[in-house]
Amino acid sequence: MRMSPLCKALLTAGLLTSASFAHANNLVYCSEGSPGGFDPGQYTTGTDFDAASETIFNRLAEFERGGTKAQPSLASSWDISEDGLTYTFHLREGVKFHSTDYFKPTRDFNADDVLFTYQRMLDRNHPFRQAYPSEFPYFTDMGLDKNIAKIEKTDDMTVVFTLNAVDAAFVQNLAMSFAAIHSAEYADQLLKAGKAAEINQKPIGTGPFVFSRYQKDAVIRFKGNTQYWAPEQVKIDNLIFSINTDASVRAQKLRAGECHVTLNPRPADLQSLQADKNLNVPTEPGYNVGYIAYNVTRAPFDKREVRQALDMAVNKAAIIDAVYQGAGQLAVNGMPPTQWSYDESIKDAAYDPEKAKELLKAAGVKEGTEITLWAMPVQRPYNPNARLMAEMLQNDWAKVGIKARIVSYEWGEYIKRAHAGEHDAMLIGWTGDNGDPDNWLGTLYGCASVDGNNFSKWCDSEYDKLVVAAKRVTDQEQRSELYRQAQVVLKREVPITPIAHSTVYQPMRSSVKGFQISPFGRNSFIGVSND
Amino acid sequence: MLSFIARRLGLLIPTFFGVTLLTFALIRLIPGDPVEVMMGERRVDPEMHAQAMERLGLNKPLYQQYFDYIGQLASGNLGESLRSRESVWNEFLTLFPATVELALAALLFAGTLGLIAGVVAALKRGTPLDHGVMSIALTGYSMPIFWWGLLLIMFFSVGLGWTPVSGRIDLLYDIPPVTGFMLIDTLLSDEPGAFVDALRHLILPAIVLGTIPLAVIARMTRSAMLEVLREDYIRTARAKGLSPTRVVFVHGLRNALIPVLTVFGLQVGTLLAGAVLTETIFSWPGIGKWLIEAIGARDYPVVQNGILLIACLVILVNFTVDILYGLANPRIRHQK
Amino acid sequence: MTTSTPLDQSLLYPSPLKEFWQAFAHNTGALGGLAFMILLVFCALFAPWVAPHDPSEQYRDFLLTPPVWLDGGQWQFLLGTDELGRDLLSRLIHGARLSLLIGLASVVLSLIPGILLGLVAGFFPRLLGPGIMRLMDIMLALPSLLLAVAIVAILGPGLINTIFAIAIVSLPSYVRLTRAAVMGELNRDYVTAAQLAGANLPRLMFVTVLPNCMAPLIVQATLSFSSAILDAAALGFLGLGVQPPTPEWGTMLASARDYIERAWWVVSLPGLAILLSVLAINLMGDGLRDALDPKLKNAQ
Repeated sequence: MRMSPLCKALLTAGLLTSASFAHANNLVYCSEGSPGGFDPGQYTTGTDFDAASETIFNRLAEFERGGTKAQPSLASSWDISEDGLTYTFHLREGVKFHSTDYFKPTRDFNADDVLFTYQRMLDRNHPFRQAYPSEFPYFTDMGLDKNIAKIEKTDDMTVVFTLNAVDAAFVQNLAMSFAAIHSAEYADQLLKAGKAAEINQKPIGTGPFVFSRYQKDAVIRFKGNTQYWAPEQVKIDNLIFSINTDASVRAQKLRAGECHVTLNPRPADLQSLQADKNLNVPTEPGYNVGYIAYNVTRAPFDKREVRQALDMAVNKAAIIDAVYQGAGQLAVNGMPPTQWSYDESIKDAAYDPEKAKELLKAAGVKEGTEITLWAMPVQRPYNPNARLMAEMLQNDWAKVGIKARIVSYEWGEYIKRAHAGEHDAMLIGWTGDNGDPDNWLGTLYGCASVDGNNFSKWCDSEYDKLVVAAKRVTDQEQRSELYRQAQVVLKREVPITPIAHSTVYQPMRSSVKGFQISPFGRNSFIGVSND
Repeated sequence: MLSFIARRLGLLIPTFFGVTLLTFALIRLIPGDPVEVMMGERRVDPEMHAQAMERLGLNKPLYQQYFDYIGQLASGNLGESLRSRESVWNEFLTLFPATVELALAALLFAGTLGLIAGVVAALKRGTPLDHGVMSIALTGYSMPIFWWGLLLIMFFSVGLGWTPVSGRIDLLYDIPPVTGFMLIDTLLSDEPGAFVDALRHLILPAIVLGTIPLAVIARMTRSAMLEVLREDYIRTARAKGLSPTRVVFVHGLRNALIPVLTVFGLQVGTLLAGAVLTETIFSWPGIGKWLIEAIGARDYPVVQNGILLIACLVILVNFTVDILYGLANPRIRHQK
Repeated sequence: MTTSTPLDQSLLYPSPLKEFWQAFAHNTGALGGLAFMILLVFCALFAPWVAPHDPSEQYRDFLLTPPVWLDGGQWQFLLGTDELGRDLLSRLIHGARLSLLIGLASVVLSLIPGILLGLVAGFFPRLLGPGIMRLMDIMLALPSLLLAVAIVAILGPGLINTIFAIAIVSLPSYVRLTRAAVMGELNRDYVTAAQLAGANLPRLMFVTVLPNCMAPLIVQATLSFSSAILDAAALGFLGLGVQPPTPEWGTMLASARDYIERAWWVVSLPGLAILLSVLAINLMGDGLRDALDPKLKNAQ
């Protein structure tokens, strides 16, 4: 007897009290938001990268799972010339691009795909970019557009990159999510069909999962790639991203079994998540830093004593308790301890409101001096609740006679105004991009970034010499030494007060096996299974 | 009558242009631009910034941008989202059914319950039942619905586990979006149990979104009913010896429905647009959330055209209500 | 006292105020609302003396203390403390101040221009009326919460800007209402009489016509007072309203939302405060409507 779907639905209704039944090979991941699109080069946020780069694509080199070291991926090995300017990549044989209803590859991955990927990002007049104009902000931001002199293919499976200047972190940069390798053959097909824009909606890559369907703000579906070049790494048949912008909703869904893995839980939810027997909440020290940036171009923060005073007036321990709910590590330096070259010997100034008062008095700062304290309106990986933190700082500083007025703008404007230097003190932070110390000490506090990420507008020649020199050397020992010296200067001059490195928690059902927390905050399901 | 409709239609044109101008101006008055928002803490390379602004046509003078926009509209093109680079119309089409489904469910809930409550209260006028029903209605009318939603989720989803926490369906059901209406799509698909699951997902959001309309409709029905019950024809009907049920439902309610429907119509617009909070709380992939996020991301085309589409809808609904009103009431029809 | 003076008939007729009060007092709900409002206004006016603690004082040893009737409750914090150890009762009391301020200010800020525009539109139905009304139609066509969000995004979040956003959003209803009332009154004999008597335009507008249009406006004002509180809370909930540490109820609710499972009181109590005050105002609004204008009794 044939039943109408409605009949079936009604019949099964009684049997299904909860729809969350176990499917052996499915994994539902509660993600944070809708990705912009599936062409990773155009985007900058973790949400975009998790949805496209980590699933659909591979890069020449990739970060080891759970680490910051770059290891071979689509390039099976590489050689670096003596002068550090030429990189020769030997490509992996037998890698297949995805076969879908919109594209059937006729050949395996080769040097043309690498050339297409990078030429498109480098060359404004690239034919594909003519047909589908786009920018590659992360590529530009990492300075690759300026530093790559040329890219050549020497044979089908070998590509040579030539640089203008030594960049110790070059391979690390190529391992970043934006550098996803596209199929040149697919690009040609799109160009011929006059549908170049579809590269962003119908992606083709070599990655462990094949794109299946996307419904904005609701769901992204992937199928396990049965032809993946490392087949043992693909253990999920259906990978489903369930899009939920609200952290509390994600936690509730995880507990209800409506998803299996999620990210960025609110500190307040941690206790109950950890107490749940069906869940695992693995944790890793965070590869981030949340800090206060003092605008040194504005009084009274042009005086070092004032910065020192406010620095020691901050009760960091209390902030970590209340804002991070204990899920944070007290920060001493401008980068996290997991970063190589971190200087363990530097000690934090003790919490001492009395001494702070004296310092302020000595610096001629009157009691009741008003400053603005900026707090961002959004939750960031390094700071789960900036407004709450600002309220605590306001309280701490009031005790030493500084009146802080909390200022907040909508996120886009916050950043714009901060770049323009309108703040006195502001809350901000950073999550590492590529595992290199320069990505902290150079990018955040160097003179070159005074109009950019250097929100203290602090330019110290002694410090800057050290970080610039360190970038141009390839020997890690030598670099470490220079960076240690730089950290000493940074601590002495106090352009920032590091507050905390927020610990990363990744709640998941206990049925999920093999998940590794990425220091960069990526969520990758390669090698992950759901029993 | 035709000239009345024509006159009303004529008024729509300036309103339409006004809406385009207002949304255009509003979104451009918000400081910051899409490229900067996207870069977050990161540095914005000036060259890349200039390039992007040029591609997006945002480096032209404002009046030029506005004319381009109107020109685009005239050719039926709603532009593409700056962030996803998907056409605004396509995004609207994928999200709109979710909102409509939620709004209809909320209206169904509010309409049925509101009518019943209103009729009962009117019939039992002055009794504790009347007072009770009307107090509940006024409480519903005063409800901060985001708070109400949170409480319901805590109680029914997290506490009792009766309803799912959020979303439209358990994602382990792979339902291809044919119409975009989950209830219809689940019926079209061959997945057993999917329809019921979709229904379970719909209950709480519909109740939350329907709470205020429910209160409005209940109050409206009650007063309209009271008015009608005083009319001569009801007395006549009663005198004729018709059964009280027949008097109330056939003669009374039918006439009381006219003003109620007007309110109903006005609520449709509010529901479609006002679902922002409900959608946020329940992770419901609808247009309210889409637009709020687009404002945050300075996604100009989405904000402009998304709001324009909703505004057109609201205008159309109001227009229809106007016309219906005119049909019912000649005095309005002949007013200048 | 032998001569009886004729009774002055007008003395027997209750004064309008008294009549209004009698009608209002007849309505128990309205009286209840009024009582609650008086309490609220009292709290708001004397917040620093009524509140047991400073609303922004952080008792860091008492984070998330439950209300006194629960296990672990403390007598010093009757309704418990929030995520920073601030006394919830004190914050709610100070929050009453803000909510009433937002309600009042936004009503005044939209009522005055609303009445002016409505009068102008009503008095010049050919010249200025259509323009003004089209503008209002345009504003009404935009979803109000979205419009408010956009305005706050332009002006930046904060107390004053929240008030502005809400005032702008509620402007059209005043304009339409005033215009409709004015158009209704303009054909009346007393207006013609005043015109013939040589009253100039401002006098005609403000002295002759306006007072006769006040009833629906007062009712609308109470309604929008309550919806202003709700809107402010909604904006606060979306993170765009009054900024912390100001204890606005919606903002409190939004920032406490993270703790809903661990400490239900930090979420429930601000929400309850919003609900009760909005309810009280709406009850009063109903009473006002019935008392001011029996004709409106059955209208929404």
